[in-house]
Amino acid sequence: MNKIVANADIAIRDVFDGATIAIGGFGICGIPENCIAALVKLDVKNLTCVSNNAGIDDFGIGLLLQKPQIKKMISSYVGENKLFERLVLSGEIELEATPQGTLAEKLRAGGAGIPAFFTPTGAGTIVATNKEVRVYNGRNYILEESITTDFAIVKAWKGDALGNLVYRKTARNFNPIVATAGRVTIAEVEELVPVGSINPDMVHTPGIYVKRIFQGSNYEKRIENRTTRSN
Amino acid sequence: MALTREQMASRVAKEIHAGYYVNLGIGIPTLVANYIPKDMDVILQSENGMLGIGPFPTEDEIDPDLINAGKQTITEMPGSSYFSATESFAMIRGGKVDLTILGAMEVDENGDIANWMIPGKKLKGMGGAMDLVVGAKHVIVVMQHVTKDGSSKILPKCTLPLTGTGVVNLIVTELATIKVTKNGLKLLEHAPGVSVDEIIKATKAKLIIDKNIKEMVI
Repeated sequence: MNKIVANADIAIRDVFDGATIAIGGFGICGIPENCIAALVKLDVKNLTCVSNNAGIDDFGIGLLLQKPQIKKMISSYVGENKLFERLVLSGEIELEATPQGTLAEKLRAGGAGIPAFFTPTGAGTIVATNKEVRVYNGRNYILEESITTDFAIVKAWKGDALGNLVYRKTARNFNPIVATAGRVTIAEVEELVPVGSINPDMVHTPGIYVKRIFQGSNYEKRIENRTTRSN
Repeated sequence: MALTREQMASRVAKEIHAGYYVNLGIGIPTLVANYIPKDMDVILQSENGMLGIGPFPTEDEIDPDLINAGKQTITEMPGSSYFSATESFAMIRGGKVDLTILGAMEVDENGDIANWMIPGKKLKGMGGAMDLVVGAKHVIVVMQHVTKDGSSKILPKCTLPLTGTGVVNLIVTELATIKVTKNGLKLLEHAPGVSVDEIIKATKAKLIIDKNIKEMVI
């Protein structure tokens, strides 16, 4: 089995207008930089994008908001993107504000064949609007539906031709669950390694979830808040 | 004298006990880490997927793949672990995190908290806050007592969209420490040089005042 494709353009070639896409990353950490650039170039429109954040104004998913190519975002936190905040407040883009843990669980459940689940998160808030409430042990839980998407795009540190993936440090974040939620999952990796060279005990995303994989190039890995100590 | 941000952080740090797993929010809560005694056995959780946050890196140690939930560059402590967002919120909702410390726009007599949006004006998103307030064993809010235009952020009932209901245990501001009880908000401590009357005046919510009000120890 060989899932390797040459580059990002080929990996995302069949993304269509109106598609739903889940994208891994937290802020601009662990984002699929090459695929986002290719989506900008492909100029697909009316996308529904599932991602914890909307990047920053000029990097990450922020690049897909410039025209905008996105009609709806399902995200938990968009505070770092002024353009996005303006587009939502003016009604040009729809935002389904979703608590971070609920977003993670929606993707996990979607990828795992579970259509919905009850969670205490958001009970008694506007997140619970029009959702079924059930009481367990005296506590309110709301029914949340899971998410699956047409495409899922993730970024990993290492991967092989079978699609096995290993992430690095907090660049893992949403990537492993996003990888499970797509009907077509695309992985870009910093380094493609030979099959057999990843210790099977250390695989984070088993290859079954991944349809296409390629080695990305020219990673910028921008830092949102550069904080240091002096010694 | 009202407390500085650093003094507020130092006061909140006294609520952290040995053996705690703690999640710190953005802003003043992040500063709390500076006041946890070095020899105290405490592990910091970051909801983007890490246990064992270390200090900020030196210039040479900066790693773009290693950030906290505020997207700041950080380091790892010996014994750290990394995991996915699902795992991170499983431990949060599952009640494994002992304490979360977060900022707020409003808190009320019921322990309700609002900290993620002002309709039509400001839209940040709730991030992990809704999960943290329902999942953590203890919830502490650290915030300014009043808004920039001087109105109380501690109210009989929150007016902004809520983050959670009946979840806050303790409120620390530049003026006071207030405990959320079944009977309402109880004033525990006043900042040095701040009178109880000044606190009552700055607070729109009803405060339970008894004789045992102490001065905050910074």
